[in-house]
Amino acid sequence: MFEPIRLVPRGQPSPFWTYASPALAIVLTVIVSGVMFFAMGKSPGAAVYTFLVAPLVQAGGLSALAVKAAPLIMMGAGLALCYRASVWNIGCEGQFTLGAICAGGVALAWPDLPAPILYPAAMIAGVVGGAATAALSAWLRTSLNVNEILSSLMMTYVAQYLLIYLVTGPWRDPQGFGFPQTAMFSDSATTPILIPGSGVHLGCLFAPLAAIAVWALMSKSTLGFQLRVVGEAPRAARFAGFSEKRLIWVAMLVSGGLAGLAGMFEVTGPIGQLTPQISPGYGFTAVIVAFLGRLHPIGAIFAGLLLALSYLGGDAAQIDLGLPNAVTGIFQGVLLFLLLACDILILYRPRLARPSGANAGAAR
Amino acid sequence: MIFFLTSFVVSVMAASTPLLLAATGELVAERSGVLNLGVEGMMLVGAVTGFIVGHYTDSAALGIVGATFGGAALSAVFAVLTLTLLSNQTAAGLALTIFGRGFSSLAGAAFVGIKGPVLPRLSIPGLSDLSFFGPTLFGQDALIYGSFIILAMVWWFLNRSHAGLILRAVGDSHDAAHAIGYSVTRIRFGATLFGGAMAGLAGGYMSLAYSPLWAENMTAGRGWIALALVVFATWRAGWLLVGAYLFGAIMYLSLYVQGLGVAIPSALISALPYIVTVVVLALIARDRRRIRLNQPACLGRSFAAGT
Repeated sequence: MFEPIRLVPRGQPSPFWTYASPALAIVLTVIVSGVMFFAMGKSPGAAVYTFLVAPLVQAGGLSALAVKAAPLIMMGAGLALCYRASVWNIGCEGQFTLGAICAGGVALAWPDLPAPILYPAAMIAGVVGGAATAALSAWLRTSLNVNEILSSLMMTYVAQYLLIYLVTGPWRDPQGFGFPQTAMFSDSATTPILIPGSGVHLGCLFAPLAAIAVWALMSKSTLGFQLRVVGEAPRAARFAGFSEKRLIWVAMLVSGGLAGLAGMFEVTGPIGQLTPQISPGYGFTAVIVAFLGRLHPIGAIFAGLLLALSYLGGDAAQIDLGLPNAVTGIFQGVLLFLLLACDILILYRPRLARPSGANAGAAR
Repeated sequence: MIFFLTSFVVSVMAASTPLLLAATGELVAERSGVLNLGVEGMMLVGAVTGFIVGHYTDSAALGIVGATFGGAALSAVFAVLTLTLLSNQTAAGLALTIFGRGFSSLAGAAFVGIKGPVLPRLSIPGLSDLSFFGPTLFGQDALIYGSFIILAMVWWFLNRSHAGLILRAVGDSHDAAHAIGYSVTRIRFGATLFGGAMAGLAGGYMSLAYSPLWAENMTAGRGWIALALVVFATWRAGWLLVGAYLFGAIMYLSLYVQGLGVAIPSALISALPYIVTVVVLALIARDRRRIRLNQPACLGRSFAAGT
């Protein structure tokens, strides 16, 4: 149980397994999902088809995928940068919410402004809201030594309660029959639809562009180089005189700003107003997106599409199979488990431990 | 007044117990060098398995046992990932929480809104009827007493026993502990399982005594607060008690104040415990020297023998 397989270090990371590991993890996750569906009394083949294929082949499937993927890609790309620098922002959900609140506030305050002014203002408000939330965690980490994992996560709860307060209190739509929601945003504060008749909105275009921009920042700029060095070799970074504090700030602001922008697109686009439920956990799923995308912003595009599919699949499983859409969470959790497990193959070569005396002695 | 004080103390004890249980488990895991961020997920799985076992056996005690196993089972996944397969502990902990949320809401979907068994409260004729001291000292459920006993045992284990010394050595310098001949992996495996069992127990307390019912995401961030408590206590068992009761009191007060119908909106009061957590963390962590002195030196670092 403890050391059934011996792991022999490869010496250097295997380029093959860096990319084969996510593929293997996906295949294994699909198999595990099949077993899970079987355990719930469904035919595994048909259920996996309903979960992972049917949502894509039906009418409007691809545009629905793009809409779900947009926030995941945006946040996943930001987190890729963060995690490369060993800055563990896991409060994207809160930064997303605050971005949505700030953008929503602008949209509700000046609904009659012309779109060329109001819409960019809402976008800026979204970015600022998300970045400010992340900035709090950055400040707590750099000035007061507070672990950013805990502070960013606590802010997620605070943001959620703030949202509930606003939509049930001061921002509630007076004509909303008492529902906890704001008025619908005006046309000039609504995210434009790119392909008429589908749900594909401006955010779906912004998401891959944001990923490319983060990639450029990471690979082409001195700052990006410093970020990677801090993450991979903190001692070397210190000797080189890179300011760790500055890099923490950059990583948090970029990922927070992108999360805020994602929140802005979500509430001004598909949702169109503020409600207590604006995210089915995109901020947490984005963590998986970042890892599945190999902490590479471009990888986040592909990973974002796959995890978006898991949301569509969850809805389909609920409608067509009568299963709770919590299967999405299980699929995502299992995927991350298996990905982490498969990643061992990048650095180590597995060898079965021989149960002979010499080895057993060494294991003890 | 005495009636209010009694109900206040009893409620705070109930609110603090899940925090104390989960944090006690995490303390042991962290002292061995394992940072398991999946406490929230393990609590949820514990809560749902506890409720389901309790529902079918109609016994809260068996439910609690089930909850403990549920939490431990999930932590075993974490242990295999991080200790055998040397995965990143932060990522694996998050995976545990995401999976735990999904699994618990799927498994518990059919149990929402159902009444389950409730952990009975102690009743000693005469003693339990005393004013104030009766309900607070002699009228609680077994797990409240259990949480103190476990904490005392953990304190003794960590600070007074030989095995605890080894566990701390593994957490402070896994290379040295390995060189002396201790199996770092095995000891950490044990500590991780204990942490998971305690988180599961905490979840079971939520669904079988505190609430007592199953609701999706019912732990509402308590797992994360338990993680913060370990930092608050600067990895010392005694301070864990102070922290857990401080936060239990804040959580209860935020509920109580909402019940009073004061002018402050209830959603904002609900956010209070999370804000206080951040503020308290800042007050503690600001003292870098104290953190560095007490934090297990190998916390969160993987150990591979022979590399």
